[in-house]
Amino acid sequence: MASLQMAALLSAPSTPVPSDRVRVGSLRLSASSSSAARNGGALVVRSEAKVSGGGASARGLSLITHAVAEKAAAASSADSKPGHELLLFEALREGLDEEMERDPTVCVMGEDVGHYGGSYKVTKGLATKYGDLRVLDTPIAENSFTGMGIGSAMTGLRPVVEGMNMGFLLLAYNQISNNCGMLHYTSGGQFKIPIVIRGPGGVGRQLGAEHSQRLESYFQSIPGLQMVACSTPYNAKGLMKAAIRSENPVVLFEHVLLYNLKERIPDEEYVLSLEEAEMVRPGEHVTILTYSRMRYHVMQAAKTLVNKGYDPEVIDIRSLKPFDLYTIGNSIKKTHRVLIVEECMRTGGIGASLRSAIIDNFWDYLDAPILCLSSQDVPTPYAGTLENWTVVQPEQIVAAVEQLCK
Amino acid sequence: MAAALLRRASTSPSASLLRPLSGRLFSSSSDESVLSIETSVPFTGHKIEPPSRMVDTTPKELLSFFSDMALMRRMEIAADSLYKAKLIRGFCHLYDGQEAVAVGMEAAITKADGIITAYRDHCTFLGRGGNLVQAFSELMGRQAGCSNGKGGSMHFYKKDASFYGGHGIVGAQVPLGCGVAFAQKYNKEGAVTFALYGDGAANQGQLFEALNISALWDLPAILVCENNHYGMGTAEWRAAKSPAYYKRGDYVPGLKVDGMDALAVKQACKFAKEYALSNGPIILEMDTYRYHGHSMSDPGSTYRTRDEISGVRQVSRERDPIERVRKLILAHDIAPASELKDIEKEVRKQVDDAIAQAKESPMHDPSELFTNVYVKGYGAESFGADRKEIRATLP
Repeated sequence: MASLQMAALLSAPSTPVPSDRVRVGSLRLSASSSSAARNGGALVVRSEAKVSGGGASARGLSLITHAVAEKAAAASSADSKPGHELLLFEALREGLDEEMERDPTVCVMGEDVGHYGGSYKVTKGLATKYGDLRVLDTPIAENSFTGMGIGSAMTGLRPVVEGMNMGFLLLAYNQISNNCGMLHYTSGGQFKIPIVIRGPGGVGRQLGAEHSQRLESYFQSIPGLQMVACSTPYNAKGLMKAAIRSENPVVLFEHVLLYNLKERIPDEEYVLSLEEAEMVRPGEHVTILTYSRMRYHVMQAAKTLVNKGYDPEVIDIRSLKPFDLYTIGNSIKKTHRVLIVEECMRTGGIGASLRSAIIDNFWDYLDAPILCLSSQDVPTPYAGTLENWTVVQPEQIVAAVEQLCK
Repeated sequence: MAAALLRRASTSPSASLLRPLSGRLFSSSSDESVLSIETSVPFTGHKIEPPSRMVDTTPKELLSFFSDMALMRRMEIAADSLYKAKLIRGFCHLYDGQEAVAVGMEAAITKADGIITAYRDHCTFLGRGGNLVQAFSELMGRQAGCSNGKGGSMHFYKKDASFYGGHGIVGAQVPLGCGVAFAQKYNKEGAVTFALYGDGAANQGQLFEALNISALWDLPAILVCENNHYGMGTAEWRAAKSPAYYKRGDYVPGLKVDGMDALAVKQACKFAKEYALSNGPIILEMDTYRYHGHSMSDPGSTYRTRDEISGVRQVSRERDPIERVRKLILAHDIAPASELKDIEKEVRKQVDDAIAQAKESPMHDPSELFTNVYVKGYGAESFGADRKEIRATLP
């Protein structure tokens, strides 16, 4: 199985480390690849779970249902496209641009997404390309413009609603919960809401409590909603495209600190599966489940753990609702130990739900209690040191693994 | 719309009863002759020149108003009895007294125009072409309901007739309605959307937000305040500093309409549609009244006197919408009083038959709990633990 190796220093350097790198601030990790099946010019890999009976391939689209970046090994084919390098926000923009080009019903609504180009530059240049009716600058009125997005989705448009910061979407909670999540059910299936609600969330660099919220824990029990969290440029673009094409309402969680990640992504069009988790680093001793920014903290901790002789399996769960219990379950059946590392609060966070889902389904496979490292149940402080202590740090992850594997 | 009555009648076993009736329906005036009738009161405009008081109508239309409103009235009263018999549970908000708004609006627009309203939606659903069996089945939670029985009284929808519901949270439907109007502009459909709300909802912030955005983007949205003067138990003067709801759009023009006069409603909606298609949003305030309490759990008499309620209904005061149309029909010799009584009897029978049919509709199978949570498509199936076991097959 192919995998995206995020920590090059883990494997013995017998294979040359390629030049693709994923830069995280001062943390340098690199990606290597292994071979994948090639089917003509398009990479088509079917995962074991059948997705909609081949409807995607009927459209002639190279649907990559496998979770991770696939690149042919340099030896196996001479015509491998090198892809192109870009930052995460550019990957999001690319995905959005491609979908807007492909489907005229896709439009973007949000504050400062149009003329200003987006507060994180995700929509930069789209307004000049598509015009004011497709990239709409809204006033500061989250409740109503989210409601308007949902109303237009009822008629068949596919709006992408941006919350400048996910925390602002709390003002639109009623619309998201009652109208977005539930309308398909309460109308007996008459109305579909193919909306995408996206925005940056998570703890940033001293942004203060109100701008550092993690809304995935608040939205997770809304029935009818799908939630995904992106963490690399590759999965950001793929998930953005999948979310736009999905007939269900999807909330795409981005992270304020991950927008400048750089990665090489394929030139060919690809769409990822919304419900699939990503195997970041296969291992034997312990399953570490994580998502969004904590993935990088985990991989940093993994470096230390490998040096200490542990072999952690790291899975980026990506799909926050519904959980990819298939991938997670297979991992637990192999390692029998689970550590969840998340940025949500301890109380009622994603980790809490994931923990109970694992206990419900895989209790017999566990050799140790499930450990869950989450942020503290406090408003995020402004002071830098305090803020660091609010979220999970790599040292804590190392200590937790050591405790699990005792 | 008399044809609509015939269509509905044909679902009942005694359809033949109506056909001889149509032969005797029009005694002296021909079907399509135009009558010009004055509305009860002139329109009041805010930042706009109001339309004329003289409304063009035809005998056919007046008769259709009568039969449609009689049907709606009968349905609501039957729902009242069903609720007391515990066949309808939860919340049930009845529309009797306000029928003129639903009926007058339909007369001015097409099925391409959208309507969205709050929870007092049974009659609006009928007006958009819904049938009685679907309505009663939905109220009783049966499979034949318009929302499969899973929505309930507050969630009637009819997508093919551009009826967007049916919403329980006060005021939340107005941004949705403006979103529908946005889509209509985006797709260049040349249609408008009427977003209805009540005097209670008029104080919601999201209304003003949505109005601002609609005015900025010139959306064909018409906000209609059905002012029945009570937000549940709170009278309008206790809830709003300025109860002149048609003026509260400030920079958006408004029109105050007698909501108990179906012809005035028709004229106003026609005027609003023309305005909205070229100029952007407009507010209509329908001055109307509900006879029942806010919902079935509210007797409706703790915050208003019974005298007030009967005062509105009295024929001499000319406010009851059905009585007003009856008087017009009799005054213009369109049909004799006995015909109108026969229509009411027929309507009563239709409603009874529909209830009987709805009662026969089956209750749900437990597996239907999981249907329609997600839409099937692009990898969105409701998976179980190992991702291969599908908990429910989604339609």
